[in-house]
Amino acid sequence: MSPSVRLQEMIRVIRSARTQGEERGLIQKECAAIRAQFRQSDNGARTHNLAKLLYVHMLGYPAHFGQMECVRLIASPRYSEKRIGYLGAMMLLDEKQDASLLITNSIKNDLSHSSQHVQSLALCTLACMGSAEMCRDLAPEIERLLGASDSYIKKKAILCAVHIVRKIPELGELYTPLACSLLSEKNHGVLHSAVVLITELCERNPDTLRQFRKTVPELVHIMKGLIMSGYSPEHNVAGISDPFLQVRILRLLRILGRCNDAASDAMNDLLAQVATNTDSSKTAGSAVLYETVLTVMDIRSESGLRVLAVNILGRFLLNNDRNIRYISMTSLQKIVQTDHTAVQRHRGTIVDCLKDQDASVKRRALELSLALVSATNIRTMMKELLVFLSTCPPELRAHTASGIFIAAERYAPSQRWHIDTILHVLITAGGDVRDETVPNLIKLITTASELHCYTVLKLYRALITDISQQSLVQVACWCIGEYGDLLLKGECDDIEPMQLTEDDVLDALETVLQSHMSSPASRAFALTATMKLSTRITNNVDRIRSIVSIYGSCIDVELQQRAVEYNALFKKYDHMRAAVLERMPVIDKSSPGDTLGDLTGEVTKDSSLSKPVPGGSTLPLEPASQAFDLLDLLGQTDTVPEASHAESAAAPDPAGPSTGRDLLDLLGGLETTVVPSVTVYEKGGVSLKLQCDSQTETAVTLTFTACNSTQNDITKFTLQAAVPKSIQLQMKAPSGSVLPAGGHSAITQTVVLSNPSKTNLKMRVRLSYSNQGMVCQDTVQIDSFPSPAWT
Amino acid sequence: MLFRNFKIIYRRYAGLYFCICVDVTDNNLAYLEGIHNFVEVLNEYFHNVCELDLVFNFYKVYTVVDEMFLAGEIRETSQTKVLKQLLMLQSLE
Repeated sequence: MSPSVRLQEMIRVIRSARTQGEERGLIQKECAAIRAQFRQSDNGARTHNLAKLLYVHMLGYPAHFGQMECVRLIASPRYSEKRIGYLGAMMLLDEKQDASLLITNSIKNDLSHSSQHVQSLALCTLACMGSAEMCRDLAPEIERLLGASDSYIKKKAILCAVHIVRKIPELGELYTPLACSLLSEKNHGVLHSAVVLITELCERNPDTLRQFRKTVPELVHIMKGLIMSGYSPEHNVAGISDPFLQVRILRLLRILGRCNDAASDAMNDLLAQVATNTDSSKTAGSAVLYETVLTVMDIRSESGLRVLAVNILGRFLLNNDRNIRYISMTSLQKIVQTDHTAVQRHRGTIVDCLKDQDASVKRRALELSLALVSATNIRTMMKELLVFLSTCPPELRAHTASGIFIAAERYAPSQRWHIDTILHVLITAGGDVRDETVPNLIKLITTASELHCYTVLKLYRALITDISQQSLVQVACWCIGEYGDLLLKGECDDIEPMQLTEDDVLDALETVLQSHMSSPASRAFALTATMKLSTRITNNVDRIRSIVSIYGSCIDVELQQRAVEYNALFKKYDHMRAAVLERMPVIDKSSPGDTLGDLTGEVTKDSSLSKPVPGGSTLPLEPASQAFDLLDLLGQTDTVPEASHAESAAAPDPAGPSTGRDLLDLLGGLETTVVPSVTVYEKGGVSLKLQCDSQTETAVTLTFTACNSTQNDITKFTLQAAVPKSIQLQMKAPSGSVLPAGGHSAITQTVVLSNPSKTNLKMRVRLSYSNQGMVCQDTVQIDSFPSPAWT
Repeated sequence: MLFRNFKIIYRRYAGLYFCICVDVTDNNLAYLEGIHNFVEVLNEYFHNVCELDLVFNFYKVYTVVDEMFLAGEIRETSQTKVLKQLLMLQSLE
């Protein structure tokens, strides 16, 4: 088509438009002109108009009014008009447009046109946007053309057939017999298309696949010819003869050889030959090698070949071209699952790729490195990964951190190393770690009891240098609170000692409390730690008291609540403070309540402390590893063996009861359904029943139920219990102290007995109540318990 | 370079990016070579092609595309053959 002056003019004008608005205006004017001209059916300028319209369409403006024009142009006898008409059809029409059906007939006619250029136009269009109906109509035509002698048309017809097969897989059978014969073509273009067709047929239909397996020797022969042949100027790309065809054939071989031993055997030699002979200095050669590697990995090849393939990938890693490194790492990622040892050999190179500039290469290298970590190389790998963590881009940090944690957990050679590694990660990237890192680390630290001194010194040092990493701050505060006395002792084997005064430590904690960088959770940690220190240090208890009372009027409800309760601990329950703030026992990893204890660690403390009497402090002492403790969260906690009295303290934690309920739901199996109850006391109308609720190896939960069958109400009913010295007793608050007459309702009281030494259980219970003004007291000894206590 | 369930393979030539969208399973490097092949043909056809050539003669560019790629696959890899065809087509118009 001769370039229209007006077309070029229009393009130039549009491109010189300075603003979007200007451009839009110009285009609208042009479109209006084009529309007017279309309506006139002016013969001469139709092509130019459509060309202009196509340009406008490429820029993104609506051009659907040109569709009918396309149809008209296609039907015209002149080549130039047909050309632009088909181009327009390919660009503007697609399956969803109705106008596409209109051109079916035109295409049909053109397919039998004498001029091959017209035929090729039609084939192009069909292959580009042929809908299913069009394909169905025209399939026989294509079949006829497949047998045509002209290779130019044959190529296009074959690719058209590919498109048809993609759209309507059933029609594949139509082309199968022809496809076989096409393999014997000499023309590379036809061969290439034929291979594509066969590939497509095989992928769609497993029967066809079996049929084409017979052609494997033929394909092998063709490949050999390609490799062996000398310089062929037509198809040569950088010294490789027709790499595109080679890649295609390899791909087909891959599909044919998958899961089939016979075919795979036939290919083994060829693949080895290709792998060794191809020159990989240019991209073309690398492309062929890459395809070979993929093929080797997919078919049932022998192990020598696989090692060769992995070595090729290793060689790719050393290549300067970033693209090649990238794809080799992608493939190694897939291979590392199956051939781990083979990939290990290239570990050094992969680790070097961590230092590459490109972000996607770094990401791949990271994934591969994490996959390659094993027990033997953990120390060196970890060093590299930690270096990477400090230099890596922010989006990869979280992934790196979690990968490091997983690897450390699996392969840590020693606890100290493990703790060091985690500390290092927290210091470098504390902001990007997941939330469960903090409780996990705390769990780890408590288990490594001989390292407490070392750990707490390190954490202290980290804390005073930088308080912006929240996870680090939280762990540090917790440790300082727990092991503050070790910190002040200042002596430690593995690390240089630091002489600290109590003021220094308190200063550090106060900095955390007051800093605006601290999150509320960190502040809560710091406050609790300060409180714990009150038992660990001797001189500055007043300072601690003043800190705690300041926060009693803090805006943050959580902090305020804690502060008030700690205050109460100082004032009214000072005698219990030491017991309350004792060191925590080692958290047991395997018990079911464990994760709950960790996750709700803070909430557990809150919910227990939110109960009226802060004596519910046994909870922090025995974190949920003792399952029955969780019942406390539901019941009103009360360890004072005297009768309880309700006292309103700070605002009860709303989350407490609900979390307690959740926890109990999670541990659903705690509640026993049918349990026998034994009457242990019956006198004067008052009866006391004993029921064993639940039992673990070292603890038992009992419920006393008191019933009144007299005519009068009984008031001030209390129970007191005593057990042998080896057993610990905890009595919860009773449900009430009034027994109404007639046995309508009963008072229940839960008692928890913990028996670590598993001695025989005996209990003496004293009841006292007031009946019609008279105070009665009675004692009863319980020697046997309803369910087998301990055998 | 992953886009929905396809891959995008691109090559930069001066200020232009030539992008090809292929399946995830296809060989990246082969298509990289395909891009280069295509650009070389364009170069030959337009005699030291530049960006403006492509803009003003977009319909011709489409012709080249049709010659080399069809139905989503590489059709003709031999540059000489493609150029012969293109010259013939040009004489028709």
